[in-house]
Formats: sequence, structure tokens, C-alpha cells
Amino acid sequence: MTATTTRGPLSSAAHAAHVATLEPVLTARDVSIEYEVEPPVHAVKNVSLTLHRGEILGLAGESGCGKTTLAYGLNRLLKPPAILRSGEVVFHDASGTDVDVVALTGDALRAFRWDKVSMVFQGAMNSLNPVLSVRAQLHDVLITHRPRMGRAERDERAAELLRLVGVDPSRLDSFAHELSGGMRQRVMIAMALALNPQVMIMDEPTTALDVVVQRGILREIMKLRERLGFAVVFITHDLPLLLEIGDRIAVMLEGEIVEIDTAENIYLRAQHPYTRKLLDSFPSLTGERGGFIRTGTGTVDGTGAEPSGNDEPNGEVPA
Amino acid sequence: MKYYARRIGFYAITLWAAVSLNFLIPRLLPGDPVSILLAKLQRSGTVTPAIERSVQLLLGADSEQSMLEQYLAYWGRLLRGDLGVSVTKYPTPVVELIAAALPWTIGLIGTATVISFVLGIGLGAWAGWKRGTWVDGIIPSTTLLQSLPYFWIALLLVFVFAVTLQWFPIIGGYDVFTFDGPEWSWAFVGSVIQHAILPAATVVISSVGGWLLGMRNMMVSTLSEDYVTTAEAKGLRRRRIFMTYATRNAMIPSLTGFGVSLGFVVSGSLVMEQVFTYPGVGKLMIEAVRNNDYALMQGSFLIITVAVLAALFVMDLVQGLIDPRTRHHG
Amino acid sequence: MARGALRQQLPSRSAKLVAGLVIVSAIVLFAIVGPFVTQDPRSSANDALLPPQPGHWLGTTSLGYDVLAQLAEGARSSLIVGVVAGAIAIAMSVVFGIVAGYVRGWTDEVLSLITNIVLVIPALPLMIVTASYLETRSLWLVAGILGLFGWAGSAIVLRAQALSLRTRDYVSAARVAGERTARIILVEIMPNLLPLLAAQFLFAVILAILGEAGLSYLGLGPNGSITWGTILNDAQGGSALTRGAWWWFVPPGLMIALLGCGLSLINFAIDEIINPKLRLAPAAARSVRQARKAGRDLLAVRAGDPSAATADLVAGDGTKERVGA
Repeated sequence: MTATTTRGPLSSAAHAAHVATLEPVLTARDVSIEYEVEPPVHAVKNVSLTLHRGEILGLAGESGCGKTTLAYGLNRLLKPPAILRSGEVVFHDASGTDVDVVALTGDALRAFRWDKVSMVFQGAMNSLNPVLSVRAQLHDVLITHRPRMGRAERDERAAELLRLVGVDPSRLDSFAHELSGGMRQRVMIAMALALNPQVMIMDEPTTALDVVVQRGILREIMKLRERLGFAVVFITHDLPLLLEIGDRIAVMLEGEIVEIDTAENIYLRAQHPYTRKLLDSFPSLTGERGGFIRTGTGTVDGTGAEPSGNDEPNGEVPA
Repeated sequence: MKYYARRIGFYAITLWAAVSLNFLIPRLLPGDPVSILLAKLQRSGTVTPAIERSVQLLLGADSEQSMLEQYLAYWGRLLRGDLGVSVTKYPTPVVELIAAALPWTIGLIGTATVISFVLGIGLGAWAGWKRGTWVDGIIPSTTLLQSLPYFWIALLLVFVFAVTLQWFPIIGGYDVFTFDGPEWSWAFVGSVIQHAILPAATVVISSVGGWLLGMRNMMVSTLSEDYVTTAEAKGLRRRRIFMTYATRNAMIPSLTGFGVSLGFVVSGSLVMEQVFTYPGVGKLMIEAVRNNDYALMQGSFLIITVAVLAALFVMDLVQGLIDPRTRHHG
Repeated sequence: MARGALRQQLPSRSAKLVAGLVIVSAIVLFAIVGPFVTQDPRSSANDALLPPQPGHWLGTTSLGYDVLAQLAEGARSSLIVGVVAGAIAIAMSVVFGIVAGYVRGWTDEVLSLITNIVLVIPALPLMIVTASYLETRSLWLVAGILGLFGWAGSAIVLRAQALSLRTRDYVSAARVAGERTARIILVEIMPNLLPLLAAQFLFAVILAILGEAGLSYLGLGPNGSITWGTILNDAQGGSALTRGAWWWFVPPGLMIALLGCGLSLINFAIDEIINPKLRLAPAAARSVRQARKAGRDLLAVRAGDPSAATADLVAGDGTKERVGA
């Protein structure tokens, strides 16, 4: 199932027990994505992942580890020079049927998009069309996917969506340049919810915003998830954030998932050295002042780590 | 709204600048255009003091009047609608001559420009959509097209289609042998169209390349924007993405840059009218230059400028319609 | 920091660049060497209106001048006018563009207003008006007029760039460190705009040559000199069209077009440096198509046709949409 030297992602028995109780909604197996440049870059190497109904799966890693590429691959949004070399992506619809996402083409692919799986992109600064009103952009999803909806129905639904994310419906006639960063992001989330998708992929949805706005938006997302029951793939480099909101967390390094476990286990009993390094990279609000830099204490998981600058060999698995 | 008001204000200032240039240039350059013109006038008839006065007003005289007084008098005459009397068609007022020629220019150049713009933007959008395919290969050849001088294309077209193949007439706006003057008949309209095809083709061939190239480059840029990726992820139809997400955004710089492009079209058309002996304002202006008919020349220059400003304002309206950011901020 | 950026921006080899350079160099060579190896362009000792033949490779005009000789002399004059006018235009646009964009405030308002006015007033008519009052026009004078009226477009482009550069960190650092404005503009800003300046200069040269051709064709060009434009004027006057003397009027226009094409190709290459998306996006799409043909893209394989693309927009090749699956 896997190639190269690693043995697949590190995990725990508790994790296996946890997922056994869940119902999968999106299964990816052996996904490999390559960038056709000179020399070719293997962005994603034989990644297997299962997303379960209603859960929040965090995908953590530093920039360039391939997490965004993987998300685009799951969603059939790969842009040249990226190509899908191999793999299988299956969507388990709530109605019971399974959809082979990789084989979709044409109208079937278009119908699948946004309806079953939607996405909130990194940096919504530029994700809204500058020449269309918010109303028009909410409408066109509805027009395309729910052609039987009438004009009044669409207006109602658009207003409802904005209310869901905490934006005043009077903003329907605004344009992107008239909205603040936080509001734009909320509009993007509203748009992602328009068709009641079963999966939402969020790529660093709050990174570009200040922390207070970020908190507000994250609370919205959690509330909505509880209400509407969709699953979330939350991609970010901010591991402590995932510890807060995630159910399970997968840690990616150089195109591979090196560890996957429940959030609690990652926090308390991280196994892979890279995971530990990630955890150690975030200063904590408690502990001794200056401890983070001088002595390596005062990190997120409370343990003292090695002094920085000490690279550990990969693949070493302490018992 | 503020945006449109500012634009109109700008055009007003530009017009003032054009008039002032008309006033200043003959007075600042070396040479004595007054004597030249008076000498010419003398050959076509007697020169009354009123005419002499008018010429001095037009071109400057080392009389007792200061520059400022002359300037004000110049404006006074202009605002009264008096653009002077023509030398070439003495004693017809300049205004009359221009009024007769203007519809030809606007009709031909206006229509041809619109066709060229729409064609250029459309083809450019398509070429940008098809980036990475064989279409990329023909893009550099449009640069060749763009560098051809207007009048040379005109000469070529005349040579091939009019002289050699004899499909189209060589000169004129309509068949001067059949019709005495413009009349409202289908035959006349047919003749007009027949005479307009080669000149219009010249304008289109020369100018379409610029718009095509600009639009294609903008399209390639726009297609890598985040909002296009979002549109695709939303599962929208390709046609909608092409029209409303890509093209509509990509064409905005072309609208903004229309002013510059129009300048070239006008310049080129001027010379092109000469080649075809097309009875428009351009030919009028060139004839005026040949005959030292400075009044007619200044008048034509002014009218051409006004026409350009009007066209620009129309483009401003279009841009305000398409781009909400322009409407709101200007 | 500015020097590193400059190195990065040097053009990488590309077919367009090479083709453009070859064309332009050939024409320049012709302009420099041509007049020495061709006949006397002002000698009317030849028979009139000879079609191309050995001895007169491009034939003769209605007055017996050798067309090839005129073309070579014309190349020299036209290029001189083009380059001089281009230099004047660039110098003006640096002042009205970069200075205005960097300094801002009232200076910017005034300079920008002037720029916009000059931009909008139709150039050729204005030049015609100016030239018509002058009885004697030297080559330099014509170049001066062309340069004086042709800088506005470049000024706007340069101003936009200066506006964005002035907020960069290294510029702010220089300002805080107390460097004088002139020095900042010369040392920090302009080196980064070098590719853009080069492109605008080439534009200006093309425009100047076209402008000169137009003026000369109308009889308002430099008196006494032979340029490509004056040849065309003579051709019109000598009824070259109706007499079918294509060797007279085709070559000058063709030369102008070739030069313009060469300069445009170079500009293309520069454009791709300034705007990497223009190079990267098509290149990326091409490499993906190759991968598809080689059967490396799973999506294409699963869609049932390895050589064609799927209906994704991302492919950018617009194949017809397939229904099904």
C-alpha cells in the first residue's frame, strides 16, 4: 500500500477504536499528485485518508507540505502543472450511493461540485468576483444547481445564508470591495453552504484575519456544523487551533501523512518527531516567560523539547 | 455622480487645452503664417480689412494687442460659432465644410472602430481562454499586423482589390459620377457601403491586433485569479465562467485604455482618408495643410478633438456600467 | 537588493526574443552598412519604373531612382528619427511618470493632468498642425516633434509602477534614512523598472517611426531627407498604385512592419518577464497536455480518452464537454 521508507502514518489504538464508530463520507486511497515541472515535484505521495460524516478533520503541516494540493486533488480542482498520478477518491453520499470522484466528467462533475463537496479558499480577499454583487454570486450557484428555484425563493435563500453566517442581508447588494476581510470570508462560507453540502473543505480560512475576527468565524463554523451536520476538512499550519476545534488531526510532511490521531492523543501523546516539533513551535500562554526560546520549556504541550536547531532524523519511531 | 462629473470636468479642461494649443502654436513657432495666408487669399480675391483682421486673430500679429487680448478675442469668436473662412473653398465658412465632412468620418471610422473593438476583445478573450494550445502560436503574428502603418495597408488593399481585382472602387465616399450629392435612396446607400468597405477594412485590420493582444494577455492573467477558481469549484457552467467571471473582468483595462487606442485609430484614419480620398474630416484637414488653409486646419483639429472626447465619454459610461469599483470610486 | 532583482529579470532564452533580436539587428545592419554598398539614392540616371532585376534589385522609381538605395538611406534616417524621438519620449515619460508617481501631492496632480491631456488630444493631428507652420523641417526637428507628443502613454504606465514601488520596504527604508528624492528615484526605483523602461522605449521607437511615416506620407516630414515615409509619399505622387509599380511602395511599408514586428517580439519577451503569469500559465497547460498524452494523468485515463482533456476548465483547452459517468 505504501512506498518508500515510511510505514504509513503513525496512529494509535484509541484512534482506530474512535473511527470504528463513525460513518465515512469521503475516502481517498493512495492519492499521488505530481507537478509537471522540471524536475517533476511529487507534491502528494500515496496519501490515504478517510473523512467521516459530521467530523472535523484537521490537516496540519508547514507551507509546501502538500496539504492544499491534496485538498484540490480531492475536489477535482487541480490546476496545471499539477496532475493526479494515481489514486482513488470515493464520495459516500448520504443517500447510500458511492460516487467515484476521479471518474467524473462533464455535467456529472459540475453537478457534483459544490453540491456534495464545497470549498472555502485560502485568503478570501480575491475569491469574490469584483464586478458582481454578492447577491448575484449567491444566486448563480442556485441557478446552476437548483434550476427549479424561482427568483423569490433564491432571494430568500440568499438572505437566509447571510444570516446564518452573521452578515446583515442588506449586504446582498454590496460588492466585494465594499466588504471588510472578515465579512468577505463570511460571505464565502455562506456561499459554501448554499447547497447544503455534506463536506466542506476549508483551506486556511482564517489565516489572513486578525485573531478576534478569526475567533468569531470559527465559532460560526462550529455552530453551523452542529446545526447542519456537514464534515469539515480544516487545513492550516496552526496546529494549536486544530487541537481546539478538531476531532481528528492528520499531520503532513513533504507530501505524506506522518501521523493521524484524535486531537486529544496528538496533544497528549504525539508520536512522530515532526508532530512533536510542530507542537513545540508554538509558544504557550502559560509557563515561564522566555522559557520557549531560552530553555525550550513553555511550549504548547508543556514538555521541554530539545533546544531549537536540532534536526531529528525522519522515520525514527520511538516506542 | 462624482465619477462622471470628474470625467466631464477633465474633458472640458482638455478642450480648453486644445483650443489654447491652436492659439499658441502658430504664434510660438518661427515663420510668418499670416503673410503666407494673406498672400494666398489675395490670389483668390480681394482682401478686405475684415478678412485681414480675421487672419490676424487666427494666427497672431505684431499689432498693439497683447497676447492676452488676442487670446480672449480668439475665444470670443470661437464661442460665437465662428471658425473662420476657408481659403481652399473661399468664401465658405469652415463650419459648413466640417459639418458636411463630419458624418462621413463618424460613420466610417465610428462603425469600423466599434467592429474592430468588439472583434479584438472577442478574439482576444477566446485566445486567452485557449492558452497553452496551438492558439498561442499565432499570437506573435498579430504583432506584425499591429506594426503595419495604416496607410500602407490602405495602399495594399487598394492595389489588390481595387486596381488589380477591381472588386471595389478606388476613391471617394460614393459614386460621384452617378450621384450629384447625398440623397436618400437605396442605391445611394449601396454605393456608400461599397465605397466604405476597403477603408473600413483598413481600420479594422490595423487596429484589431492591439485590442486582441491586450485582451488576450489580460485573459491569461485573469484566469489564474482566485475568483475564477472559485467559480469553477462552484460547478458553474463554462459559458458563465467565461463571460461573467473571466471576460468581464479582463476587459476592464481595455476600456480604460480605449482612449489611447482611439488616438491611434484617429491618427491612422486621417491618413487613410487621404489614400482613399474619402470625404471626411481627415481629408479636409490634410487638404487644408497643403493649401496653408489655417482656419480650416485649426477647425478640423478642434472638431476631431471634440469627437475623440465624446467617444471617450461614451467609453467611461460603459466602464461605469461594467465595473462597480469605477462607479463608486472613480 | 535592487541589483539582485535586476539579475533575476534578465530575459531567459525564448524563441520570440531571439526572433525579434535577429530581425531588428538585421534591419539596423542594413541601415548602417546599406548606404555604403548600394547606389546613390539621389541619382536619377537610371531608367524609370524598372521592375526588380539584376542591378536594380528592387527596381526604380518613376524618376529613375534606385529603390533599394533609397530604402537603405531611408532605413538610416527613419531609424535615427525613431531612436531620437524614442529617447525624448522616454525621458519625458520618466519625468511625468516616475517623478509624479513617486513624489505625489500637488506635483503629481499637475503632472498627471498634463499627461492625461496630452494623451487624449489626438497625436497625429496635433503634430500635423505643428509641422504645418514650419517651412523647413530637419530630421532632428521631426524627431523632436514626435518625441514631444508621444510620451503620454508610457508616462501613465510608469507612474502606476512608481506608485506601487514607493510603498516597498527598501524604498521606505531609504526615505527614512534621509536619502534625497532624486537619489531614491535613480538608485532604488529605476533599476527595478529597467525591463519596463526598455519595453516602453521600444514602443516609443515603433510609434515614432510610424508617426514619421505618416507625417512624411502627408508631405510634412523632414525636407531633403529620404525616409521610408518620404518614399511612400513619392510613390503616391508618382502614381505607383495605378501604374502597378508594387516594388516601389511595398518595400518601405514592409520594412516598417518588419521593424515594428521585431521590436514587438522583443517587447513580448519583456512582457513575459514583467508579468510571469503570461509565461507560466500557458507553459503549465502545455506540460500537462504532454503528460496526458504520455498517459500520466489519471483523470484523463479514467475519462476514457488519454489524449484529450477532461471537461475541466483548468486544462484551458476547451474540449467539448462530455456527459455521463
